[in-house]
Amino acid sequence: MTTTAESGPAGAGRADIGRNEIGKARLRKEDAHLITGRSRYTDNMVLPGMLHLAMVRSPYAHAKITAIDVSAAKASAGVLAVLTGADIAGEQGSLPNVWPVTPDQKAPEHPAIAVDEVAFSGEIVAVIIARSVAAARDAVELVDVDYDELPVVMDLEEAFTDKVLAHTTLESNKSATWVFDSAEAGTGTSVEDALADSEVVVERTLYQQRLIPAFMEPRSTVVDPTGEQITMWSSTQIPHILRFALAITLGIPESKVRVIAPDVGGGFGGKLQVTPEEIITVVAARRMGKPCKFTETRSESLQVGHHGRAQVQRLKIGATKEGIVTGFSVNLLADMGAYLGLITSGIPILGAFMYNGIYKFPAYRFECNNIFTNKPWTDAYRGAGRPEATFAIERMMDELATELAMDPLELREKNWIKHTEFPFATVAGLEYDTGNYEAATAKAVELFDYEGLRAEQKRRRENNHPVQLGIGVSTFTEMCGLAPSRVLGALNYAAGGWEHAQVRVLPTGNVEVVTGSSAHGQGHETAWSQLVADRLGVPFENVEVLHGDTQVSQRGMDTYGSRSLTVGGMAVLAAADKVIEKAKVIAAHMMESSEDDLEFANGAFTVKGTEQSTAFGEIAFAAFSAHNMPDGVEPNLDSEATFDPVNFSYPHGTHLAAMEVDTETGHVSVLKYVCVDDVGVVVNPMLVEGQVHGGLAQGISQALYEEAVYDDAGTLVSGSFVDYLVPGAPDLPHYITDRTETPATSNQLGAKGVGEAGTIASTPAIVNGVLDAVRHLGVKDIKMPCTPSRVWHALQEAKTSGGVQ
Amino acid sequence: MASSTSITVDVDGVTYTDDVEPRLLLVQYLRERLGKTGTLIGCDTTNCGACTVHLDGVSVKSCTMFAVQADGHQVTTIEGLAQNGKLAPLQEAFHQCHALQCGFCTPGMIMQSASLLKENPHPTETEIRDGLEGNLCRCTGYQNIVAAVKSVADGVEYDESGVSVSDDLVDDLAADGSERTGVS
Repeated sequence: MTTTAESGPAGAGRADIGRNEIGKARLRKEDAHLITGRSRYTDNMVLPGMLHLAMVRSPYAHAKITAIDVSAAKASAGVLAVLTGADIAGEQGSLPNVWPVTPDQKAPEHPAIAVDEVAFSGEIVAVIIARSVAAARDAVELVDVDYDELPVVMDLEEAFTDKVLAHTTLESNKSATWVFDSAEAGTGTSVEDALADSEVVVERTLYQQRLIPAFMEPRSTVVDPTGEQITMWSSTQIPHILRFALAITLGIPESKVRVIAPDVGGGFGGKLQVTPEEIITVVAARRMGKPCKFTETRSESLQVGHHGRAQVQRLKIGATKEGIVTGFSVNLLADMGAYLGLITSGIPILGAFMYNGIYKFPAYRFECNNIFTNKPWTDAYRGAGRPEATFAIERMMDELATELAMDPLELREKNWIKHTEFPFATVAGLEYDTGNYEAATAKAVELFDYEGLRAEQKRRRENNHPVQLGIGVSTFTEMCGLAPSRVLGALNYAAGGWEHAQVRVLPTGNVEVVTGSSAHGQGHETAWSQLVADRLGVPFENVEVLHGDTQVSQRGMDTYGSRSLTVGGMAVLAAADKVIEKAKVIAAHMMESSEDDLEFANGAFTVKGTEQSTAFGEIAFAAFSAHNMPDGVEPNLDSEATFDPVNFSYPHGTHLAAMEVDTETGHVSVLKYVCVDDVGVVVNPMLVEGQVHGGLAQGISQALYEEAVYDDAGTLVSGSFVDYLVPGAPDLPHYITDRTETPATSNQLGAKGVGEAGTIASTPAIVNGVLDAVRHLGVKDIKMPCTPSRVWHALQEAKTSGGVQ
Repeated sequence: MASSTSITVDVDGVTYTDDVEPRLLLVQYLRERLGKTGTLIGCDTTNCGACTVHLDGVSVKSCTMFAVQADGHQVTTIEGLAQNGKLAPLQEAFHQCHALQCGFCTPGMIMQSASLLKENPHPTETEIRDGLEGNLCRCTGYQNIVAAVKSVADGVEYDESGVSVSDDLVDDLAADGSERTGVS
């Protein structure tokens, strides 16, 4: 690992306090129960008298509901009730969209159970409530729904023409148009002028296929309405936001709702949602007065859990003959699907600030049209807008390099921000605080053996080797640590971006940390324990982290957008610092000295220049017994803090992929994958490594394997794991990973965030590599996923259209 | 309600006799009747492997068997793997190598890995990956899972520092796996 700056903010301040935990590959506290089967996923939950739900779903992608006959289902063994949209129309409300990106954004009503019209295949039209799951599912078949089919619009470019409308209640498929123009914003010049004056302009249309998050744990919800409070357990990333949303959607006082996210089996943005199923389970439980559970099948999860990506990217990049980029124009069509989910509309807009990547572009324009289709709605999926942006710019840099006959790394180097130029105000209006693209790239090039692989590529081309070699380059940065509340306000997002934490000191000196972050595999319990152990000097083992229950962690903004450490972790540190301040007053009293004479290190206050000291545990007990407190000081060391970041953090990295393409079969394989990421100061390198690996898998998988495929009638064809290819161990390569470390300045630790990095960078690296292997054979583009069939067809088309052979 | 059949199954060392519906899946029997919720359901199509258990010592996907088919057999779940409070080597290795994140695939992945090592005690990286083909993980990208299985095959003994050595293991694996040049 290379450290590119000696000391950032991490080195400042409380560097005197035993820094022995930051950077240690602590094994996870979360593991013991998960490796022994003592897990607490929502579907494991059983409550007395619990009833089970099954959903009746529309087989049509667009239809009027003309009649529903539930009598046979109601009469079925074990069934207690069947509810339709009409039955609960007065109480189900409309599912929330908290990000109206423009004042004139259009959106249809979004009831949990459709009342008059369905707009995608799989939309719920009724719910069965029964004594067992089997009885509920049996009865689904007995509900008789009459539909009048309506025309469907599935293709995004076709939807943009408004020839067929996705909703009969809307006049257009266009939900909103969102524009950023550097000339208007004052962050750059006019892109139109820049492109008109450019010596070279490359224009391409790229496609971001629709993806399915495909977390391993299907979503599950249990609602207990007994007692005066409603308790929900749900497989969610966002218990706090969910509680608020349930309250506003259903008109229940927020104080009467408790949401618990127990063990959650992955999310990747897919569980950043307030779902119809959650609303319905609450409604059912209140109606029945008994606990109710709904657990989706995998097919339901793939069919109706929100999807991701799904954009058409119309791109123009201008440059001088020497390869200096003069302007970048981005025109997007973004597929909302049939409704606006929680932040559906904002996802492509999150990308708006990232299309300039790590580069110094003088002019930039971004326009996004949010479009409705008759598909399930899209929303956050790992990276959320930023993978799409990175894919666009990194593919275009390769296209430009090809046009200029220049090495793609050389072109990037000519345009990227040099490490001496930070902080750097970008053309998209952000201020990148730190970074060192040279260092990360140099390290990646060395690990990859870039020159050696280029030589091998040349050999294979000269020999006409059936398996050609391509080298894919991808550099990236992303905005992490969502988000400064003021920025969110300026973007018209309904909530803030802060995070909350409490540190509670027990009489024994053990510490409980309460965090508003809501982990679902990331390892927060381990990392937060390290933060607090480091700060308070207490043993790692003596820290307990509590999360995922709105009654324990009263305030929180939950987990997404690589925000947990850079926002949630900082709240934890701020709360820990307050504990130290409180302890200092008591310690001074106990040692009969002045607070100014005390220093805190390794879990003890010492009177400067003496041997006299008091350990943290002694102070904790003194505060508990309260026999001898200073006047006016409360007898506890507990504290809480809310941290609101002043800026995003900007991890970056360079990823290099050596791709083999079998020109006879179209088969693609990863020969070598190297990534060097700079995620700032690292608390636990083992956890960081894990996040990078998993991110790479998902990014590589977008490039090669995954796609939600629909037929013309609007039915999901890839509706099971037989057809939707989540890669297995043999489908993925061995990753060579490394890091450089340039501390962020936006938080006191210098951390940047790592959850999405691998996903963002790897997709363009892989596709660039595939194209680099076959471009000399006349192939110009291959749509993702680059399946053997697509690659083979691209090669055949290149042959027949007279490509170089 | 369909007619019931009586079955007797040994699960994690305890003999159970129950009346079950013929259509009840083994995984449902384990979870709903015996409370063995350590075994999880991730799909409906026998693709994900989250429900993997051992039937007479051989891995099976318990969502693809009826409970009645387990009549007279011995089933081991993730909950029966640790003996006398001591983790099985694979459980320890998954912990040490950071081979799990959300943990949902972990019970199935560990059970399948155990079966894999029983059949092939010294697998190459490729053989490990191929042997785990029927178990999906969405969090780890598999690298640390492969390292964990390899570490057990290699008889790696872990210290008690509480600090991971997975980086070294992954590096060793890369060295060992030199025969593996790409994904197929």
